[in-house]
Amino acid sequence: MNGALVESPFARVAADFAQSRLALVGLATLILVLIVAIGAPYISPQNPYDLAQLDIMDSKLAPGTQAGDGMMFWLGSDDQGRDMLSAIFYGLRISLGIGTLATVCALAIGLVVGLTAAWFGGWVEAVIMRIVDLQLSFPSILIALVLLAVLGQGVDKIVIALVTVQWAYYARTVRGAALVERHKEYVEAATCLALSTPRILFRHLLPNVMPPLIVIATVQVAHAIALEATLSFLGLGMPITSPSLGLLIANGFTHLMSGKYWISLYPGIALLITIVSINLVGDELRDVLNPRLQK
Amino acid sequence: MLVFIIRRVLQSALALLVMSALIFVGVFAIGNPIDILINPQADQAEIARATAALGLDQPLWVQYWEFLRNAFTGDLGRSFSHNIPAVQLIFERMPATVELALCAMVIAILLGIPLGLVAGLKPDAWYSKTIMAGSILGFSLPTFWVGLMLIMIFSVFLGWLPSTGRGHTTLLLGVPVSFLNWDGLVHLMMPALNLALFKLSLLIRLTRAGTREAMLQDYVKFARAKGLPLRRIVGVHVLKNILIPIVTVIGLEFGSLIAFAIVTETIFAWPGMGKLLIDSINVLDRPVIVAYVLIIVCMFVIINLIVDLLYSLLDPRVRLAGARA
Repeated sequence: MNGALVESPFARVAADFAQSRLALVGLATLILVLIVAIGAPYISPQNPYDLAQLDIMDSKLAPGTQAGDGMMFWLGSDDQGRDMLSAIFYGLRISLGIGTLATVCALAIGLVVGLTAAWFGGWVEAVIMRIVDLQLSFPSILIALVLLAVLGQGVDKIVIALVTVQWAYYARTVRGAALVERHKEYVEAATCLALSTPRILFRHLLPNVMPPLIVIATVQVAHAIALEATLSFLGLGMPITSPSLGLLIANGFTHLMSGKYWISLYPGIALLITIVSINLVGDELRDVLNPRLQK
Repeated sequence: MLVFIIRRVLQSALALLVMSALIFVGVFAIGNPIDILINPQADQAEIARATAALGLDQPLWVQYWEFLRNAFTGDLGRSFSHNIPAVQLIFERMPATVELALCAMVIAILLGIPLGLVAGLKPDAWYSKTIMAGSILGFSLPTFWVGLMLIMIFSVFLGWLPSTGRGHTTLLLGVPVSFLNWDGLVHLMMPALNLALFKLSLLIRLTRAGTREAMLQDYVKFARAKGLPLRRIVGVHVLKNILIPIVTVIGLEFGSLIAFAIVTETIFAWPGMGKLLIDSINVLDRPVIVAYVLIIVCMFVIINLIVDLLYSLLDPRVRLAGARA
């Protein structure tokens, strides 16, 4: 532990993280996926939503086919003559965007609710934790499905559904961590200084409950992406105008029986790479940020 | 113990009541079912008559009270599109879903526990690492995509297995089941495997973690010192001790298997409750949606109760904690 004392916490986490080669591979892949998602409009061979660029004559081309106008379809094309590679780049952008947005919103709600429960205790805590327990006893997909059946389709609605499904995990984790922290001396000292409750909660308690939250948030982004893809596949998620990876896969399902596998296969592989890389990073973060595993 | 059961049953009833109110308000108060039910060319008087006949002109709480009263007699309304009671429709489809979920669970247990034991006993061997890599993949792969890939490989390219439906069913105690004849079994194989994959990965991880922990305990050292063969140490001493968390997870996960069956059933056109739900959502068949949700909430409440009771039977320490709380 000597030497580590002079390091900043971030440097220590980074150094520990770099110990695992698998996690580094995951991180590198994730960064690549992010670059592709953010830069989709600049690196895609074609804008898959611009109808002027699509040619129905190019529909359902096999991977590696060159079209009449010299355009190369590396991953084939779908039934509307859309280049699959471009569609996947744009789909990644939508899937990652929705997953991240939902996770950030759920994290914010869970944080406030969890801190409130831990700090005030009594009936406030009892009511909040009952709701959390009740919700966590049902599978997320069921809650999301029923919500979407009631709310209908749309980007805002799927974000609402994903947030509703996720907030309880954060609330429970934050409460657990905050219950441990609130009896420590620095909180006592802050209380003695007569600091306001919000200030103690958000300036003093919050930074100390963050590590477990970061881990859960990482893994939850992967969950959110997978859940969104599943819901879109079932026809209850993203609208047809903004096709996420799930919708691309669903679209390919109709052509699967005729052996046109590429319309479903490649978006699925893109989805898989994204989820696995996030999970690898999350797994390693969990080990690195877990104080019990510190030597 | 009795007090514990009574308290749990009361809690469950309250949870059910809250859920029913939420679902009722959510599904019935948003939008007007008359718009879907009635001929669009109907005039005002006709619409008013139909609204009154369905009780939709009453205040919301009166409608909810009516709904609750009917629910207690087992009547959750008639399906708009099938025109038979929604409850009957769901109970007709339930055996298919339960059979699928049970088969998936059996596959997960029969493969997951032995693989987890192997990976836990020799954590550094290459085959253990392969098993663990497989389980990470099983966690990360979205169920629906695996289903598609199974269809692609086994139905489209190889042509070995059928991709839709339930096949021929045999009556077992009056319930139609697929696994008793070859045609049904062939139809069952892919959906069951697809549904099992996630639970399989979970069981592998759980068993491995439990085994690694148990192998370091004193009773294992003692059994070794006594000269017991490894087969007996693992098969009797270790397995007994790691089974408690595994049994709980199996119980709790059974509910989620039924929920995830929605996805698998949609892919493989398996005629179960999950497919019924998706079809009903697509045609806005509200009574069926409400009935499905209430029935599945009931199932979850019952499963959770059984798991809690089993847990306290298996582990005396839990019983004490439950009695004090």
